[in-house]
Amino acid sequence: MANTISDETIEYVGILAKLELSDEEKENAKKDMESMLDYIDKLNELDTTGVEPMSHVFPVQNVFREDVVENGDGSSATLANAPESRDNAFVVPVTVEA
Amino acid sequence: MSKQYETVIGLEVHVELATKTKIFCSCSTAFGGAPNTHTCPVCTGMPGSLPVLNKKVVEYAAAVGLATNCTITQNCKFDRKNYFYPDNPQNYQISQLYLPICRNGSVEIETEEGKKTIGIHEIHMEEDAGKLVHDEWEGVSLVDYNRSGVPLIEIVSEPDMRSAEEVIAYLEKLRMLIQYLGASDCKLQEGSMRADVNLSVREVGATEFGTRTEMKNLNSFKAIARAIEGERARQIDLIESGEKVVQETRRWDDTKEYSYAMRSKEDAQDYRYFPEPDLVPIVISDEWLDEIRAAQPEFRDEKKARYQKEYDLPEYDADIITGHKKLADLFEATTALCKKPKKVSNWLMGETMRLMKEQSVEPEDLKFSPGNLAKLIELADAGTINGNVAKEVFEKIFAEDIDPDQYVEEHGLKTVNDEGALRSTIEQVIRDNPQSVDDYHNGKEKAIGFLVGQTMKAMKGKANPAMVNQILKELL
Repeated sequence: MANTISDETIEYVGILAKLELSDEEKENAKKDMESMLDYIDKLNELDTTGVEPMSHVFPVQNVFREDVVENGDGSSATLANAPESRDNAFVVPVTVEA
Repeated sequence: MSKQYETVIGLEVHVELATKTKIFCSCSTAFGGAPNTHTCPVCTGMPGSLPVLNKKVVEYAAAVGLATNCTITQNCKFDRKNYFYPDNPQNYQISQLYLPICRNGSVEIETEEGKKTIGIHEIHMEEDAGKLVHDEWEGVSLVDYNRSGVPLIEIVSEPDMRSAEEVIAYLEKLRMLIQYLGASDCKLQEGSMRADVNLSVREVGATEFGTRTEMKNLNSFKAIARAIEGERARQIDLIESGEKVVQETRRWDDTKEYSYAMRSKEDAQDYRYFPEPDLVPIVISDEWLDEIRAAQPEFRDEKKARYQKEYDLPEYDADIITGHKKLADLFEATTALCKKPKKVSNWLMGETMRLMKEQSVEPEDLKFSPGNLAKLIELADAGTINGNVAKEVFEKIFAEDIDPDQYVEEHGLKTVNDEGALRSTIEQVIRDNPQSVDDYHNGKEKAIGFLVGQTMKAMKGKANPAMVNQILKELL
């Protein structure tokens, strides 16, 4: 394996993804990420000179909606997934930034 | 000698677009619905839901770009900006990083120091987040996703501004252009226009920028001006005392007139942008762009010239009326009804603006209809009501948009032109005020004013002032 993921990197990615990983999970994640990077390196071996970069895998563009209201009151379906709700709103731990 | 400092300011302005539906789903964008009633699986980030772009968003964004002299990115796309916060149910915001729809624009502003061009780095399309209401007593936050997915454009300026005055002029210019386009109502208080201020200071003559901070939570022009002054002073204090300005986001508290650090930009501000896989690229053809260009409305300068030519308005009037889309709309609609442009302009620049100032009403919040103002102008012009009564009736129109014909009728406000009735009232006033009559005869011209006043009072303000004067002089 050519790529190595450091302990710091796996720690940082964990923080960004809000994941708490056990030592064993960290080791497994490191291995997974290393093999993904190796795969990307393999792809990079391909000569893409003269090939236009693409931003989407399908050869489709301009899929639009007209600006017309079609959805009605969706609150009961939306709140059906709320672990806790009050006054038609989701209740979450207080999030005031200070 | 103390050092001289220069303030360097760039703005990030978010504007909610005036579409009927959200950017990626057909939920309503109406303001003020009960919490979570305007939501669906797309705007609440349910797994498996698929966003579909609202075409109108692209058209509004491109129209704003054209109005601000930008180059339109004819091949553009969306990207995901990843972060965790309860107002963001997807855990990412769909935005544009790599290929924003507009780039390299500029607007011209005018301040007391003259004209200046402010560069626009880019304009990109993105979705708004939900709204959090904090209940500190219970230690919880309530989340409403009605605003989640409302279309926004973010207009990023170059760091070209040097004072609060320039910042306000720039914001007013953007607001005017966008309101003329009908792309947004741009209400700062309701949050449909929001400005984040990036500010740094440096010694006059320096070529490098100082370390900047970003200030949020600015919801009025006054708050923006105060925040700029406050932050400039704070940064200069730090530098003078040998400390360093830290690059961070600060929240402005307008009541305490101080900004507080929110989060340091150095840690955990890694948004890991990547191309949005659920949305296909947008290609704006030359034909489509031409259509958007052709649909651009008449902007201020053209309107101003036309008002002078077509309606014979003085330049001063034309300048003030076209300064705000709402005033221009009211002017045109009222003039179309009563065909008296100068009278309409006088009412808008005089009483309307006086009441707006007195009651702190923004032009976009004016509620009265052109029809009722036109009727009032007709009533005053025909001499049916006198000038003072007209002003009194206008206050009612301004506040409640009442029908002046009906109001004047119901409240008996018509001018009394009946000479007999006037004459007998004046005779009574003369009998009741012998002292004033004597004063008048002894050369005190002012005494007649008192007698006019007494007559008006007796007639409940409805007398024809010219007739009162004439009869009084005759009887004296």
